[in-house]
Amino acid sequence: MKILVCISHVPDTTSKINFTDNNTKLDANGVQFVINPNDEFGLTRAMWFKEKQGATVHVVNVGGSETEPTLRKALAIGADEAIRVNATPTDGLFVAKQLAKVMQDGAYDLVIAGRESIDYNGGMVPGMLAALTNANFVNTCIQIEVDGNNVIAIREIDGGKETLKTTLPLVIGGQKGLVEESDLRIPNMRGIMQARQKPLNIVEAITASNEMQTLSFEKPAPKGAIKMVDAENIDELINLLHNEAKVI
Amino acid sequence: MSVLVYTESDRGKLKKVALEATSYANAVAALLGTTVTAISINGGDVTELGTYGASKVLQVTNSSLEKFNAKAFADVIKQAAEKESAKVVILTSSANSKYLAPLLAVNLNASLATNVVSVPESVSPFNVKSTVFTNKAFAFTELHKEIKIIELAKNTYGLKENQTSVSSEVYEPHLEDGDFAIQVQSVDRATDKVTIADAEIVVSAGRGLKGPENWGMIEDLAKVLGAATACSKPVSDMGWRPHGEHVGQTGKPVASNLYIAIGISGAIQHLAGINSSKVKVVINNDPEAPFFKAADYGIVGDAFEIVPKLTEKLKEFKANNA
Repeated sequence: MKILVCISHVPDTTSKINFTDNNTKLDANGVQFVINPNDEFGLTRAMWFKEKQGATVHVVNVGGSETEPTLRKALAIGADEAIRVNATPTDGLFVAKQLAKVMQDGAYDLVIAGRESIDYNGGMVPGMLAALTNANFVNTCIQIEVDGNNVIAIREIDGGKETLKTTLPLVIGGQKGLVEESDLRIPNMRGIMQARQKPLNIVEAITASNEMQTLSFEKPAPKGAIKMVDAENIDELINLLHNEAKVI
Repeated sequence: MSVLVYTESDRGKLKKVALEATSYANAVAALLGTTVTAISINGGDVTELGTYGASKVLQVTNSSLEKFNAKAFADVIKQAAEKESAKVVILTSSANSKYLAPLLAVNLNASLATNVVSVPESVSPFNVKSTVFTNKAFAFTELHKEIKIIELAKNTYGLKENQTSVSSEVYEPHLEDGDFAIQVQSVDRATDKVTIADAEIVVSAGRGLKGPENWGMIEDLAKVLGAATACSKPVSDMGWRPHGEHVGQTGKPVASNLYIAIGISGAIQHLAGINSSKVKVVINNDPEAPFFKAADYGIVGDAFEIVPKLTEKLKEFKANNA
């Protein structure tokens, strides 16, 4: 089985988000970039398929050269090869079209992406990729087993979960549950050394038009001060929630 | 040319988010000088959609669509959009809508905007405002394609009545075998509980509760408020509570009217997942807990004393205000 894991290169959750160029671009100054958390769960699940079922695991990112340390980290965790599509990702469909080309050229059976990236939160790339390649698609996937061509996947739904049966080729939008937080791997020295020798192939982007364009960003208005209520005065809290906040 | 809204239902009953989406569609239609058509799949009684501004409902009743199937549902909505020559399609941000939206966008060759929080800033060019960076910022985006799909973020527009005379039409889309390449084998869902996605109020608790045996008082409080219960990540990682209750960046997002956090310190990953809730209340014995900086109301004190007391007081309040 050939697995492609899509890796988004995103600001760490604890980063302060600021914009430059008249609020049109993310200010990367002082921002620590990491593997998108939803993708990291998927990558770790892919390692399981590699170790238990002999799968080949490639990782891919659509981005500039600044994303290479993130791809190297994925290689250090255990992926066999990395691909970087050399382009500035402009919108979800643009990225999905680049990934579709990679998926078809590499004849991958299973593509594991995260349900959304924690930067632009679009949550659209995995589904678009599936639609473009006519692959099956399972979103918010929290468990996956592959037996030959057959797949059993569990998806999180509002208020529960659903067990689905389908076949390869398949794209999933994965999240926590594919593996647990405690199963995530921190690259060890051996992995980091090996990662330097592993192929990181740069491919040129295909032409794709922009379906949409972000014009500017804005930060939310600062939050008002908290109102503290004395622990002995619960009635006051109920009064505030009822008369001021009007939520009960 | 009408605005098409997919009005989701759950086991034959329209969901509240569907009414919010219809209200929103009505505002978009007003900007475009057109009307709202709703597409309902096994939605049962749809007359309520007229209350929120739909003038026509395409009603699909089909036993093969009883269980949600993203590809088939996307196919139905695509055909409805083509039939209505809709240039704007409105979806909610439920798990199912988020699942089908990208499939629909490719099939309709449309621009897809997700997490949209308000009516379009303008319709020519078509500009929308959405949340990005997990609610740390907003983006203003221009949609270029002729057809636009808008995924409305939950609880941002609200319900707005606009009584409209609504006509209902039986609609039979054409479905193919390929639409059912994914089959639902089983659905595992607690039927007696309010889901986090649909809840107006969420009561959430963290490590401060010391152990799973202490969740009774959380459930009692949630029951009085008609709220869903949730928990922080460490709590689900330790197995005190099921994973489905984990809210935060890698768990479920919360966009309720009221979020009550009990014994949760407020790590940034947690706040990222819950900060689209409108009003946040924090109960914590540590006055230095970061959550106090992100909340609207706070009580410093022992949850084991405060929560049962709050539950009792709320029971009285509910009895007096029934």
